[in-house]
Amino acid sequence: MTLPGTLDEAVAALTAMPAAVPVAGGTDLMAAVNKGLLRPAGLVGLGRINEIRGWQYQDGHALLGAGLTHARMGRPDFAALIPALAAAARAAGPPQIRNAGTLGGNIAGAAPTGDALPVLAALEADLVVAGPGGRREIPVTHLLAGRELLAPGELIGFVRVPLLHAPQVFLKATGRTGPGRATASAAVVLDPARRGVRCAVGAIAPMPLRPLEAEDWISRRIDWDGDRGVAPEALTAFGEYVAAACVPDAPGGEPLPPAVLHLRRTVAALARRALGRALS
Amino acid sequence: MSNDAATAIPAVDSIQGARPDAPVHGIGASLPSADAPAKAAGTFPYAADLWAEGLLWAALLRSPHPHARILSVDTSAAAAMPGVRAVVTHTDVPGDPSYGRKVADRPVFARELVRHHGEAIAAVAADHPDTARLAAAAIAVEYEVLEPVTDPEKAFAAEPLHPDGNLIRHIPLRYGDPDAHGEVVVEGLYRIGRQDPAPIGAEAGLAVPRPDGGVDLYTASTDPHTDRDLAAACFGLASDQVKIVVTGVPGATGDREDPGFQIPLGLLALRTGCPVKLAATREESFLGHAHRHPTLLRYRHHADPEGNLVKVEAQILLDAGAYADDSAESLAAAVSFACGPYVVPHAFVEGWAVRTNNPPSGHVRGEGALQVCAAYEAQMDKLALKLGVDPAELRLRNALATGDILPTGQTVTCPAPVAELLRAVRDAPLPALPRDTPEDDWLLPGGPEGAGEPGAVRRGVGYALGMVHMLGAEGTDEVSTATVKVHDGRATVICAAVETGQGFTTLARQIVQETLGIDEVQVAPVDTDQPPSGAAAHGRHTWVSGGAVERAAKMVRTQLLQPLAHKFGMSTELLQITDGKITSYDGVLSTTVMEAMDGKELWATAQCRPHPTEPLDGAGQGDAFVGLAFCAIRAVVDVDVELGSIRVVEMAVAQDVGRVLNPAQLATRIEAGVTMGIGAALTENLRTPRGLVRHPDLTGYPLPTALDAPEVRIVKLVEERDVVAPFGAKPASAVPVVTSPAAVAAAVRAATGRPVNRLPIRPQAAVAASRA
Repeated sequence: MTLPGTLDEAVAALTAMPAAVPVAGGTDLMAAVNKGLLRPAGLVGLGRINEIRGWQYQDGHALLGAGLTHARMGRPDFAALIPALAAAARAAGPPQIRNAGTLGGNIAGAAPTGDALPVLAALEADLVVAGPGGRREIPVTHLLAGRELLAPGELIGFVRVPLLHAPQVFLKATGRTGPGRATASAAVVLDPARRGVRCAVGAIAPMPLRPLEAEDWISRRIDWDGDRGVAPEALTAFGEYVAAACVPDAPGGEPLPPAVLHLRRTVAALARRALGRALS
Repeated sequence: MSNDAATAIPAVDSIQGARPDAPVHGIGASLPSADAPAKAAGTFPYAADLWAEGLLWAALLRSPHPHARILSVDTSAAAAMPGVRAVVTHTDVPGDPSYGRKVADRPVFARELVRHHGEAIAAVAADHPDTARLAAAAIAVEYEVLEPVTDPEKAFAAEPLHPDGNLIRHIPLRYGDPDAHGEVVVEGLYRIGRQDPAPIGAEAGLAVPRPDGGVDLYTASTDPHTDRDLAAACFGLASDQVKIVVTGVPGATGDREDPGFQIPLGLLALRTGCPVKLAATREESFLGHAHRHPTLLRYRHHADPEGNLVKVEAQILLDAGAYADDSAESLAAAVSFACGPYVVPHAFVEGWAVRTNNPPSGHVRGEGALQVCAAYEAQMDKLALKLGVDPAELRLRNALATGDILPTGQTVTCPAPVAELLRAVRDAPLPALPRDTPEDDWLLPGGPEGAGEPGAVRRGVGYALGMVHMLGAEGTDEVSTATVKVHDGRATVICAAVETGQGFTTLARQIVQETLGIDEVQVAPVDTDQPPSGAAAHGRHTWVSGGAVERAAKMVRTQLLQPLAHKFGMSTELLQITDGKITSYDGVLSTTVMEAMDGKELWATAQCRPHPTEPLDGAGQGDAFVGLAFCAIRAVVDVDVELGSIRVVEMAVAQDVGRVLNPAQLATRIEAGVTMGIGAALTENLRTPRGLVRHPDLTGYPLPTALDAPEVRIVKLVEERDVVAPFGAKPASAVPVVTSPAAVAAAVRAATGRPVNRLPIRPQAAVAASRA
């Protein structure tokens, strides 16, 4: 176990010992170790790297440290910047998990139910990856889709998120009232400068899904110059559009099983409610 | 640390159910549990915390298949691993190869056939837990995978999974006239899922070999004497060569510890001559212990136009899983209570418990009774809807009372204040409706950061009546023995009744305080050198062990008072002990207990054996139960009718308790029972597609959290003493578990207009009828 103090030291430690595993909050990793599923040859602890535990501003973007905990992101000052990410962080598990689990860990773990992921997909966030060869940027969705992978010795250092100065909503459906994994989640962000609505649906596929046509369709029905109003029927139609895109019909035209139909109905309700709240 | 914890216990009068004028000791006091501070502070030792010098670690190899023939087991690679001290399989079991609480049908280790996912094949002892686990994984087993029988309806016609056949028990209950008909008929098909006891502390134990060739097992057994006998038979030892020392029990809503953990552990200790410890992972815990019986129920209720029940026809199919365990008893409860606490002139109930390749089912609190309660209460709601009668009114019209006859032919002789209970919950004020602003403290379904939208939330109110039997049924010999010792102003209770959280040790202290006027009472730890007290289930220890403690305490009282009484020429009944002082009725005599003891040590041992019961006969008839307990619950739920998410807002409970022995403890038992019932109603279902246990962890098997647990309002405790029970008290833990799921389902039915015929309630079943 090594405890580097900077991102570059962490990269050096990982490069020196390629079998070592980086650990931040450890909420997934240590559970796997305790279950006996993982026996890392070494650990590189990221908990002492101060530069990745906060955020800074950078030409209209926020550069979020990968070591930001969910608890930190859930606080009001952060919520004023990126409301949907704050809402996702507050919804992510019980307080013990939120106190330890980090933004970078949520991305690196890439669990389908990762609550931050649909928000990052909707925000079209980029990752700043630190590696032995220096730093590079990749879209978060490329990493989630496996189009680009982290090379040996590389670490997620920062997440670059645009500051849109407009309402954003994250909603999550779960099986119980207490903290639980999402059965479906939806993030809706407004981008008034580009007169766009961006939406991503989480937890129903291996990575967040973007219903691009539905986004485009609803963007053109919003009164951007006025009070950002939209007809209630358009809201309902948007929900159904998103749901049909994310939970498609069976290939042969067979009826969907009840559980899948319910998932589609859930996605429709989440998307409609999320956009409704963003526009209200 | 422990002092801090002690002061953190809430004052007695702030606990629900306690009265301001309640006594501080003795019967009726809210005496706090003696081990609560240590449990709250995390310093209370459980079996997983035990340690012995030079101990080895055990690991079990479990079958990955639900149904397979074992062609070969090769342990040589595992045995050759450094650090491995012993590997045992079925060939190493010196005594009986199989065990079982009722039928010895369950192999210690699978021999030729694997009958369920997670069945033990072999066990390893090694000097490190990881070594043990790796060695278990290195055992090469060659399987011929067979098609599993996972649908209990197909078990009848399937190849027998066991030489005994697939039918464990069939009860065809016939009561009244088969040709009776009602003008109004409702039918339904109901499915109840597989609830897991999900104890907060997973199974653990330490086996220590003895110089005499025996073995001591330190484990959280809830039925130590039965477990000892089962283990000794498998070890090929006499019962007195095996001792079970009961450690702290980290949660028991079913039987613990499963002999499937204890027996391999003891075998390894005997084999290696070293202490061996086993601490099950959460996954092993789910795979290794018994679950609630998944049940399929078909019902037809006949009523006259006024809503009086005429006839109930039912078919009940319990999925017992691979082994019998106590499924026969669960079936008896299911069939006997199939009509619920209602007067039914004619009843025809067929019940079956069958073997499948699913994980074994067994005793989980309220087994049998919970499943039928959900079904008969759904039928009552259906009938009320069809007749256009208020659901509570329909239930009142048919409520059972003392003197009525159960469909088993048994006359209800105990108090049965069913109508009084229902009226109490019906007339209790409803919880306030949420105010309009969502920022208010209205917790929406889905939680504080969830997706709930006030406009889509509907509130529903539903009622349910439940009943359970107390103590073992059908001729089980119920007996418990307790010893009370008094010395030096202190009393000690020795009784093999295991404290599982049900509060027995606190109750035993209260009984001794009440009878002997001695405040300082200790309850000795339990081991099998003490005489047996039976399993901690069906309220046995409140009744039978509590009765034994009372008798023993009374005998000590007589020993203490007789010399004084003799001296003063009066009977012991005229002497009274309060606060350590002995006084006579006329005030002439006044002395202290310490003086009367005069340095002596007083001992007394007594037994309690309730009146016998009889097995159900071929038509399901017989006086099978010692006593019955009843409960009425009104559930109030909020349902997001688009997402189908449900939050239980309030559970109003009225319960038939006979007599309140400890108000605070009684309230916690009811709250715990309701919460367990809510788990069965909403989230708890161990899924086993094709016989394979899916998501055996606490993320995939969601228990109710603090946010899911509703306000539990105890609106009435009916204290009509049961004359045959010690103190007149009825055990209280099981009946709220049984009744809660049915009440939640009724409320969801009211909120959504959907039939809700499956537990746990799936979100798609709680979407409003107009939106589905």
